[in-house]
Amino acid sequence: MRIGAVTFPGTLDDSDTIRAIKASGAEAVALWHGDADLKGVDAVILPGGFSYGDYLRAGAIARFAPVMGEIITAARGGLPVLGICNGFQVLCEAGLLPGALLRNAGLHFVCRDQWLKVENNATAWSSRYEAGAEIIIPIKNMDGRFAAPKSVVDELEGEGRVVFRYAGLNPNGSTDDIAGISDPTGRIVGLMPHPEHAIDALTGPSDDGLGMFLSVLDSVVAA
Amino acid sequence: MIDTVDNATATPEQEQPFRELGLKDDEYARIREILGRRPTDAELAMYSVMWSEHCSYKSSKVHWKHWSANTTPEMKAKMLAGIGENAGVVEIGDGWAVTFKLESHNHPSYVEPYQGAATGVGGIVRDIMAMGARPLAVMDPLRFGAPDHPDTKRVLPGVVAGIGGYGNCLGLPNIGGEVVFDSSYQGNPLVNALCVGAMRTEDLHLAHASGTGNKVILFGARTGLDGIGGVSVLASETFSGDEGGTGRKKLPAVQVGDPFTEKVLIECCLELFAEGIVVGIQDLGGAGLSCATSELASAGDGGMHVQLDRVPLRATGMTPAEILSSESQERMCAVVKPSDVDAFMRVCAKWDVIATEIGEVTEGDRLIITWHGETVVDVPPRTVAHEGPMYERPIERPDYQDALQANGPEQLARPSTPDELRAEVLRMAASPNLASRRWVTEQYDRYVRGGTVLAQPSDSGMIRVDEETGRGVALATDCNGRFVKLDPYTGTQLALAEAYRNVAVSGATPLAVTNCLNFGSPEDPAVMWQFEQAVRGLAEGCKELGIPVTGGNVSFYNQTGTTAIHPTPVVGVLGVIDDVRRRIPTGIGAEAGETLLLLGETHDEFGGSEWAHVAHDHLGGLPPKVDLARERLIGEILVAGSRDGMVSAAHDLSDGGLAQTLVEACLIGEVGARVVLDPDQDPFVQLFSESAGRVLVAVPRSEELRFTEMCTARGLPWRRTGVVDPESQSLEIQGIGDLPLAELREAWEGTLPALFG
Repeated sequence: MRIGAVTFPGTLDDSDTIRAIKASGAEAVALWHGDADLKGVDAVILPGGFSYGDYLRAGAIARFAPVMGEIITAARGGLPVLGICNGFQVLCEAGLLPGALLRNAGLHFVCRDQWLKVENNATAWSSRYEAGAEIIIPIKNMDGRFAAPKSVVDELEGEGRVVFRYAGLNPNGSTDDIAGISDPTGRIVGLMPHPEHAIDALTGPSDDGLGMFLSVLDSVVAA
Repeated sequence: MIDTVDNATATPEQEQPFRELGLKDDEYARIREILGRRPTDAELAMYSVMWSEHCSYKSSKVHWKHWSANTTPEMKAKMLAGIGENAGVVEIGDGWAVTFKLESHNHPSYVEPYQGAATGVGGIVRDIMAMGARPLAVMDPLRFGAPDHPDTKRVLPGVVAGIGGYGNCLGLPNIGGEVVFDSSYQGNPLVNALCVGAMRTEDLHLAHASGTGNKVILFGARTGLDGIGGVSVLASETFSGDEGGTGRKKLPAVQVGDPFTEKVLIECCLELFAEGIVVGIQDLGGAGLSCATSELASAGDGGMHVQLDRVPLRATGMTPAEILSSESQERMCAVVKPSDVDAFMRVCAKWDVIATEIGEVTEGDRLIITWHGETVVDVPPRTVAHEGPMYERPIERPDYQDALQANGPEQLARPSTPDELRAEVLRMAASPNLASRRWVTEQYDRYVRGGTVLAQPSDSGMIRVDEETGRGVALATDCNGRFVKLDPYTGTQLALAEAYRNVAVSGATPLAVTNCLNFGSPEDPAVMWQFEQAVRGLAEGCKELGIPVTGGNVSFYNQTGTTAIHPTPVVGVLGVIDDVRRRIPTGIGAEAGETLLLLGETHDEFGGSEWAHVAHDHLGGLPPKVDLARERLIGEILVAGSRDGMVSAAHDLSDGGLAQTLVEACLIGEVGARVVLDPDQDPFVQLFSESAGRVLVAVPRSEELRFTEMCTARGLPWRRTGVVDPESQSLEIQGIGDLPLAELREAWEGTLPALFG
């Protein structure tokens, strides 16, 4: 089982994502933004950070990187893709997920341990959780407020594509407390919180995040 | 017309604006004597920035003798690099070396809080990279004016956003620091920045330019007009008041940072180090290319020739003097063997980092800089970088010191009834200096890189260095400027003691010390007295603790008109822990049935205390006594306690005393406790005194006897002071009352958001 983690210039949590992939028992494969080559991986993770400095709009430039062309094609063909934080922003910019991530309501960067409710455990990245489970995972971002037209939000809610929802205090003013969503197939998921920073209670608030990395292994085996 | 060396020789009488550049008449005369002619414009720019207080340490250097006089061979043994390098380096075991440094960015942060603070982070991170280390974490000791002053509302949010905005984009966790309010910092906030990095011991890179024919490569951002003259203008003379005391401020050009460029530069440097193709490396910080070229050249064994017209620019029409003194951020300078230049350029191209060969190491001992073929600088580099002026400034104990010390806190009205004491616990917990720092620390990424084991609100920050063995380091910075004002020698030792203790309570063994000495004008003999006392206090204190000072930074001229800030020698202590899994957390309640023990002794000591500050806005008397042998003993006992699993939580007693320590230990651990005070001592003194050398520990009941017997055997006083009570959800202090955690939390966490949004 080989899972890729993409590094753009300005990506920050790539080494943490690789650590989490290894902790799940899979082989981690580093993918480079400038190479249009997925090295035959079984799934791809776009880690957090500030790709290309995010000076234009979070994720707006990364979406055009050579590696993204391959990822977009493969994702449309069913490759499981997880976007974390900046990776979620990139997936929205690339049109693989709907909506956009706006500046946090408080206009500050927010780093805190965040409770999430698992709303949908039928996706490639959430099958290891009980439906309705509450998990605690760090959130850390400046632009984390999910927004989309009402029709899109209604569709997401109606189709059960809200995968994770903020429990307790909403940290950024996100619509409907949405923390993470999926595409219609459930194979592409994006979320703002950082599961890779919750794989060991020594360095994170819990090991609740490991479930996402384990879930995808099941989904790849099942496929 | 460009002022060349030939032109300077031909026009010896030409007037030069040396005073505007911050040079004194005799300093200018000395430059002429060194060169045997007048300096060119470019040379004048170089000397003026490099001989500024900020770069040359001309007022402080004479006191460095205290460091060497107090460093024993045993203390030296663990140091791989010390004072004089970009940052000190110590060996921590398992083949790892750690480098750390603390630096000030005070004046720029007052003028332009966001960029000033941001570029402070950027600069200290490049210092760490210049040692060949991977930066691991940052922390920021900050001091601001009164919390409710309108200008604090301008400065603090900007500084915090700047540190976050830059640091978060670099991918470095922010693991601690300080936020202190005092009106003495109103016109002079202190923005200090610390960075810690690690490398394999064999990978240490010292800045030097050895090997004739080796190439000098400038890489990173282009050079622009930002920050020109920043060093000399900002750091030397900015706040000097004229005779009328109106304190006219020159408006300087604060540099603008680009954290994305720095992040890419970090990755690029690390790849270059890994390839083993860097002979010498130097960051470009204050004084820009003037500093980098003269320091690289004077530390090597030859001369250097730099073709300044090759430097990539971002502005048109820049003069050689401007290029040499530009403080554009995110630049580094490397010395590379000719055969490695292609490989070097390939790595830079991979990261889209601009890299330009701007010169080479030459025979001889001159630094020669040319501009389109004409020589604009021809100097002995040591005279620029290391042989600047050195002053023995007059020192005089200030007249007010006796009156200040005589005005003790004894006459201040104290709360005494249970209701008054209960109300005081809440008032103190909500006071701006003791309230939760969460509003600040939530704006910093503490998780990135996945090695953060402890961060705020813990007493120290702890980072895992080796993922296999679990070896890690802990860091704390501290300074109570009020204590230093009352007695600079003791006050500085108290800062050292607190930082040492904060590292020890995490279970780490203190190993090395850095500092950032923030003081007023060195031209004021009273300030120089404070400074000399502080340096001596720190040096002698370190000797007693057996840990060396590996580096430091001095920031003078922190004053408005003739009023200096409280002397603020911020002390940073680095400790090592062989397995971070054995760290001791700050919050109690990790294990069922813990006993709370108070280690150390409490005396009636309120001079300079937070209580005197909050309740009476009083500053006078003497600071608490310091006993470094006791601090060392407490440290040894805590490390033993951590190693043998006898201690499940520990929190030091400092600002606000036992009451504040109990409040924090309960709130962080999210459990209640029942506390019984000593019937033979005034409850007010027990709750709020700031006697040094004290720690609150939680020990599992099964370990209580073993732990207390160890304390008794080693002569450390201890007192059973309570028990953790997970059922109660309140802090109950017998004889005083019940403090529900919800009420305490509201008091502790409400203050900063109410002040700053």
